[in-house]
Amino acid sequence: MAETEIRNYTLNFGPQHPAAHGVLRMVLELDGEVVERVDPHIGLLHRGTEKLAEARTWVQSVPYMDRLDYVSMMCNEHAYCLAVEKLLGVDVPERAQYIRVMMDEVTRILNHLMGIGSHAFDIGAMTMILYTFREREDLMDVYEAVSGARLHSAYYRPGGVYRDLPETMPKYQPNRFKNEKTVAKLNEAREGSLLDFLADFTNRFPKCCDDYETLLTENRIWKQRTVGVGVVSPERALALGFTGPMLRGSNIAWDLRKKQPYEVYDRVDFDIPVGKNGDCYDRYLVRMAEMRQSNEIIRQCIAWLREHPGPVITDNLKVAPPKREKMKAGMEELIHHFKLFSEGIHVPPGEVYAAIEHPKGEFGVYAVSDGANKPYRIKLRAPGFAHMAAMDELARGHMLADVTALMGTLDLVFGDVDR
Amino acid sequence: MSAKLDRLKKVLRIVVGARLRTLIEDRGELTAEVAAADYFEVARILRDHADLKFEQLIDLTGLDYSTHADAARARGKRFATVLHLLSYAHNWRLRLRTFAEDNAFPVLNSICELWPAANWYEREAFDLLGIVYRGHEDLRRILTDYGFEGHPLRKDFPVSGYVEMRYDAEAGRVLYQPVTIEPRENTPRIVREASYGGSAHG
Repeated sequence: MAETEIRNYTLNFGPQHPAAHGVLRMVLELDGEVVERVDPHIGLLHRGTEKLAEARTWVQSVPYMDRLDYVSMMCNEHAYCLAVEKLLGVDVPERAQYIRVMMDEVTRILNHLMGIGSHAFDIGAMTMILYTFREREDLMDVYEAVSGARLHSAYYRPGGVYRDLPETMPKYQPNRFKNEKTVAKLNEAREGSLLDFLADFTNRFPKCCDDYETLLTENRIWKQRTVGVGVVSPERALALGFTGPMLRGSNIAWDLRKKQPYEVYDRVDFDIPVGKNGDCYDRYLVRMAEMRQSNEIIRQCIAWLREHPGPVITDNLKVAPPKREKMKAGMEELIHHFKLFSEGIHVPPGEVYAAIEHPKGEFGVYAVSDGANKPYRIKLRAPGFAHMAAMDELARGHMLADVTALMGTLDLVFGDVDR
Repeated sequence: MSAKLDRLKKVLRIVVGARLRTLIEDRGELTAEVAAADYFEVARILRDHADLKFEQLIDLTGLDYSTHADAARARGKRFATVLHLLSYAHNWRLRLRTFAEDNAFPVLNSICELWPAANWYEREAFDLLGIVYRGHEDLRRILTDYGFEGHPLRKDFPVSGYVEMRYDAEAGRVLYQPVTIEPRENTPRIVREASYGGSAHG
């Protein structure tokens, strides 16, 4: 029998591939169907955010942060604002801290719904993404109600948040597709304030989580695709720079919200879910449990916010603009307003690193100031970058089809990998 | 928190000792500076010593100090690498800065061996700032375009870059050409004296 020569061959995955979660090109070296080496080519979405930030005043960079990880917008802003506040030494009003925590948790649910939904979608469970996007829609409405934008909110500002929570929710209007009766039913939860709407959501959401779990948790196909795939040991997870659910999936109970609390996380009650085996399935379970925890945190924040009205942004006019009425009537306020929006905040020299527990992991902002009205250097520590770097190690020895499962479990968004 | 920082400071003084150039505490964060020659060895101690135990490299980045208002601090050196380390055992963080000796061709030792996470971070710093990491196995560009020239985060690199790309219908392909954007600055960069505006005016 003639000897057959089997050669490795190289497969180009992406840059435009539905399972690539954006624009990722991967050069896969295959031996039959087994992956031998992965070489991810990132940077196709590189917009030079760090360079742009150096050419803008401190406040002007806040909207750029939304565009990093564009499924958890407010968390990115949060880290940036924390860094600026730390440099300035400005205190944030308590109400603003609670609003931030609440919106962070809304964002976490948004992110995990997207992550789990698209992960399941990528490996064949199409219903999931339809379910999760239904709940995402409600939370997107929350985003829109507080900031005016569904995605790129620019709601957090150094010193607090842009404005207080609204007293009314936008409502559906009857049209030729929806009659009065349907609209009245849709608007049921929207009759009160934003907090009422969100409270209604937190009551509904655990049931939704149960629905997702009935679909996936004991699903045989889902388990076959995820159990034992992409196993990371705790030591390896640390060495590779994993953070967030990727680390907790490997049985390390580390959460910045508990270990290095910022804002008012030390005053809310929640648990840190951890996985055992460090595979895709455990990370899915961790994300699922985290959504339920976030739901509880939101509930606690709503209760506090209902009781405690107050200012939502610092009254330090060197940092935050004055009230509009005051600006129209007072010279001092007018000057401050003008200087703030023309020249911007002057940040004292120094360097800080501010990190938050972003839904994907540790999102950090390393800000260096030399005393000017613009940053000297901003370095954004994106969790996805470290996770993507581990792709090669995770995928080695797995089948080609598992690469998609791994992409899903890494929960990548190229806005923050490429910056 | 500050008691913890004091403890970390004390341990660093004992363990790393004379190799520490400076150790600054500012805004609740600790920044250590070491010489390029000691960089790798100090990083190894930081990772392995039982009283320090920085298991994770959170971030590695480069800085270009050429236009910094307080340039004297860099002592004429232009490029630095900054590490952010995190210890899970002790729950503390440390920033480690090292200046590269040569401004024209900045070289530092690679720390991929100590923390595999450094692999891509060093590629990024090489790509954006042109710092070369000795001993790195795969020092390719990572974020910029294929065939890109220059290092965008250097202070002498313009924000709009040097080349732009457009689709040419006649040639039927994408072409590169010199940028046509006029450089402009909306808000000038200003460093005010410390008493500017006077906090007394609130």
